[in-house]
Amino acid sequence: MSNLMTGAEMVVRALQDQGVDTIFGYPGGAVLPIYDALFHQDQIKHVLVRHEQGAAHAAEGYARSSGKVGVLLVTSGPGATNTITGLTDALMDSIPLICITGQVPTHLIGSDAFQECDTVGITRHCTKHNYLVRQVEDLARILHEAFYVAQNGRPGPVVIDIPKDVQFALGAYLLPDRIEHKTYKPKLDGDADKIAQAVAMMATARRPIFYTGGGVVNSGLEASSLLRELAGLTGFPVTSTLMGLGAFPASDKQWIGMLGMHGTFEANNAMHDCDLMIAVGARFDDRITGRLDAFSPGSKKIHIDIDPSSINKNVKIDLGIVGDCSHVLRQLVDAYRAQGKQPDAGALARWWAQIDKWRARRSLSFKASDTVIKPQYAVQRLYELTKSRDVYITTEVGQHQMWAAQHYHFDEPNRWMTSGGLGTMGYGLPAAIGAQMAHPQALVIDIAGEASILMNIQEMSTALQYRLPVKIFILNNEYMGMVRQWQELLHGGRYSESYSEALPDFVKLAEAYGAHGIRCSDPADLDAAIMEMIDIPRPVIFDCIVDKTENCLPMIPSGKAHNEMIMPDEDADMGTMIDAPGKMLV
Amino acid sequence: MNAPSAPSAPLSPYSSALGKSNIEVHTLSVLVDNEPGVLARVVGLFSGRGYNIESLTVAEVAHAEHLSRITIVTSGTPEAIEQIGHQLERLVPIHKVTDLTLRGGAVERELAMIKVAGKGACRDEALRLADAFRARVIDASIESFVFELTGNVGKIDQFIDLMRPIGLVEVARTGVAAISRGPNPI
Repeated sequence: MSNLMTGAEMVVRALQDQGVDTIFGYPGGAVLPIYDALFHQDQIKHVLVRHEQGAAHAAEGYARSSGKVGVLLVTSGPGATNTITGLTDALMDSIPLICITGQVPTHLIGSDAFQECDTVGITRHCTKHNYLVRQVEDLARILHEAFYVAQNGRPGPVVIDIPKDVQFALGAYLLPDRIEHKTYKPKLDGDADKIAQAVAMMATARRPIFYTGGGVVNSGLEASSLLRELAGLTGFPVTSTLMGLGAFPASDKQWIGMLGMHGTFEANNAMHDCDLMIAVGARFDDRITGRLDAFSPGSKKIHIDIDPSSINKNVKIDLGIVGDCSHVLRQLVDAYRAQGKQPDAGALARWWAQIDKWRARRSLSFKASDTVIKPQYAVQRLYELTKSRDVYITTEVGQHQMWAAQHYHFDEPNRWMTSGGLGTMGYGLPAAIGAQMAHPQALVIDIAGEASILMNIQEMSTALQYRLPVKIFILNNEYMGMVRQWQELLHGGRYSESYSEALPDFVKLAEAYGAHGIRCSDPADLDAAIMEMIDIPRPVIFDCIVDKTENCLPMIPSGKAHNEMIMPDEDADMGTMIDAPGKMLV
Repeated sequence: MNAPSAPSAPLSPYSSALGKSNIEVHTLSVLVDNEPGVLARVVGLFSGRGYNIESLTVAEVAHAEHLSRITIVTSGTPEAIEQIGHQLERLVPIHKVTDLTLRGGAVERELAMIKVAGKGACRDEALRLADAFRARVIDASIESFVFELTGNVGKIDQFIDLMRPIGLVEVARTGVAAISRGPNPI
């Protein structure tokens, strides 16, 4: 086969050679040659979304649930600008994406041509890297290089902007194995002396904790299994960020729940009181640390991260280990075994006894009701009725997201897709579509809110077109619930613009799209309704009418420390709990 | 150039507990691929993350290898400057970031062109001072000079201050270029 081909053919060929089987996109004038090249092949399946933001989140859901790179293809101008939220989301959550954008022909660049925008200029701040391909001779190298950059080091989105004349031009194709990157070579193994120091610190710890994050999931299945091995060897408690859920099994007795603003009492107090914190692939985000000058004041901190800029960024670290989680965890497991010492068993037992006391506070409890569905109860029932299945969960952003994180439990990585860093409402439905494309036989559920779901509801058409039986489980409280909760907390209960007026009838909306609609408002009917949702082999919108004013607790109020949580049994005077500096925060 | 952030800004409970020590000025040398947009990536990083740029110079230094060298003078706490280095290293087309101040023993120079206008005694005084500073006259008219002066930042600042009462018209400065002492590259 000749290696001379058009730029458009080269794009498709490179995707094939990179092992891409699914892409998400929307055609337009500046990418027609690439769509024509797609037409002539059947190796890559193209999923036509209804909005380019949907393509980006679908590619994210595909990537996160499969461990592969997500790919999207959009046109110039508005096609490119509509992807910005998704690209930023992927940058914040370290999701490997390739976004191919069409561009006006090179001789028109800079002339304010129809559907022209400065795509590389606009996306420079929301991508890991981006390229404008000015000549077809560079195209094959850039395509393969982009896959390398997206996946290696800390993963992230990469944009390749291809002018239309470059898509038509003839050039020589290069195979991926002939590409080597000249500058970008991330460090994978931790320094041996630092591994030795870490193991020595672990062997003498009295109140240790593993604080793990999305980096463990991104590093691959082996990292999760090594984390389990290291936790088993040491007997240390494990907590995780929102992004890391599933890397360590929630059913394990060493699991103490998620930490952070809506984390468990035991996880946050253990973080506060520990004497050794081992952060693995986590980045000390403000949702995690709470008040920084009161963050875990008495602990030594080890931080394992592939991104050197994450170490010492927000919190002073005693021992920073730059490397890939799976490599460093392997080194730690081997070194810990080899040195043969165990931490003081008595001290560790006392630490666990303390953690069990915190656990006994039952911080995720809520007042049950038999007249109204409590949102936590809805997620608990959803979990109980689906946990034995091959299930993938996505969420939108808000209270429902936190309730899902608290009450749906994961034993495996890559099963939980949520917008953590950017907090993008509208993420869940397209992400569910992406996850379902990657796992056609699985049960994929978007746990949603009635406000978030409307932000990308148009993707219902995509789900129908490709017969993707995604389930949208809406916790409908008729409020932008987290906004309402913060208004109760910070603004005297003045619910400015947070009530969802003029909501659609979600059952009829489902039917209008050709999907199935279910509504449930009585706790007694909930199990049967959830079973109906699971059994229908089509997309379903489940309108779960829940308690309108339930607050998401426990909570570290803004500006407070880990040991100053609002507990579910003390939310009566929430409006007085945050001081003036705290009110300034987000 | 960014103004240094206001010291009176209230410290948020989320603002880094690391940011409490003194502000230092550092010179960073950044070796980059000379490709379109690379300067925008560097400058955008500084503006996007709220870092300061005191001066910035850039030019190609190895044509065949497509390498450019960017010299950035920045200010911040030692922790912030360490962050700046790591953030720069994350940019894909960057080969190497060196903190010349941390490394010690670097030579720093800046070139300035200074236009001074005046008549009579002013002209004599300007020429005398220029001679003392080893500034060269690179343009002259009946009522003006343009001086070229190379040196460290302080020397140039001092010369400009002296020219001000004599008839300073305008100044063009290149910003600092810097290189380490001794036989080895950075």
